[in-house]
Amino acid sequence: MNIHTIATHLNKLEEGTGTGLDFDCTPIDGEIDVLQVEIIGREEIPIFVSISDNQILCIAYLWGEDEVKSDLKLDMMESMLEMNIPMPLSSFAKVADKYVVFGALSINSSLADIELEIATLSDNSLEVINEMDNYLN
Amino acid sequence: MSIFKKIITAVRGGASEAGEAIIDANSTRIFEQEIRDSEKHITIAKRDLTEVVAKQMQAARELAQTQASIKEHEGYAMQALNQGNEALAIEVAEKISELEITAADQQQSNESFLKSSDRLKELIKKSERQLTEYKRQLTMVKTTESVQKATSAITDNFSASNSKLLNAKDSLDRIKKKQAMFDDKLKAAEQLESETPDSSLQSKLQEAGIGAQKTNAQSVLDRLKNK
Repeated sequence: MNIHTIATHLNKLEEGTGTGLDFDCTPIDGEIDVLQVEIIGREEIPIFVSISDNQILCIAYLWGEDEVKSDLKLDMMESMLEMNIPMPLSSFAKVADKYVVFGALSINSSLADIELEIATLSDNSLEVINEMDNYLN
Repeated sequence: MSIFKKIITAVRGGASEAGEAIIDANSTRIFEQEIRDSEKHITIAKRDLTEVVAKQMQAARELAQTQASIKEHEGYAMQALNQGNEALAIEVAEKISELEITAADQQQSNESFLKSSDRLKELIKKSERQLTEYKRQLTMVKTTESVQKATSAITDNFSASNSKLLNAKDSLDRIKKKQAMFDDKLKAAEQLESETPDSSLQSKLQEAGIGAQKTNAQSVLDRLKNK
């Protein structure tokens, strides 16, 4: 599995989509291959897909440390921990100063699994921002 | 220090900067070497185990044979005694005594092989646990590094394209607005579609002179005349 296979699959889906979403994929050059997946209508929150030796990682950036109301940070983190298990397929994490939701898949996952993971991650990220907006500036 | 702690310390300490390795390349190589060594140890131990188990089976078989032979000779000795042939009975008893010494030796080697195989099995289990642990730790290091490299590529891409990640609330607002506009368009299209058949029916009814008719000069004049 590589990001180009995923990109070709997602870009070709159109009517054949199992998630009802339209995807637009752009590979990003770097030491590690990264695929930027934009979902039509949700371009502001893209999903980034990277593949390492043993897993496929899908990440959506939620908000930066600077967007968090500092007096509510602890409450926000508790809410995140509490939401971590009920949230399907995705988990919360922090990358440098950005809070993210991510999902990790086996390197042997099918393209349909990857499509579902990306769609679910996108749904989750919108839901999370919506539900947690009282913690944000 | 555990790998988990090293990663936390490195990330907190600013190793999340682009390109900076979480664990130096040398440590990763040492890890990979340790994994290879453990795999080699396991292969050797498994080969040794096969050999020891085979020897133990052989020893057990020989012991069983000797024990059967002892029983057989005991039978002969009893027969010789019953015949009153003491001399023959003593000869058989000497043979039994030799066989018993052999059996004792065989019992000892059988037990020693059993102990060796238990020890090897334990060693293999321990090495496999160690190997799993090394692999898990290496995965943690490699994943952390690959996420950092991926993050750095994403950040570079955003700076290069002069765009930046929007504020989360603004992003959601924009997405919601787009969604609302899409929903409105869908509703409008549905409405238009639902109106069309109705309006065409109206025109058909008009043509047929059924229902409310449009007023015109002639109809007004006719009405006035009828008054």
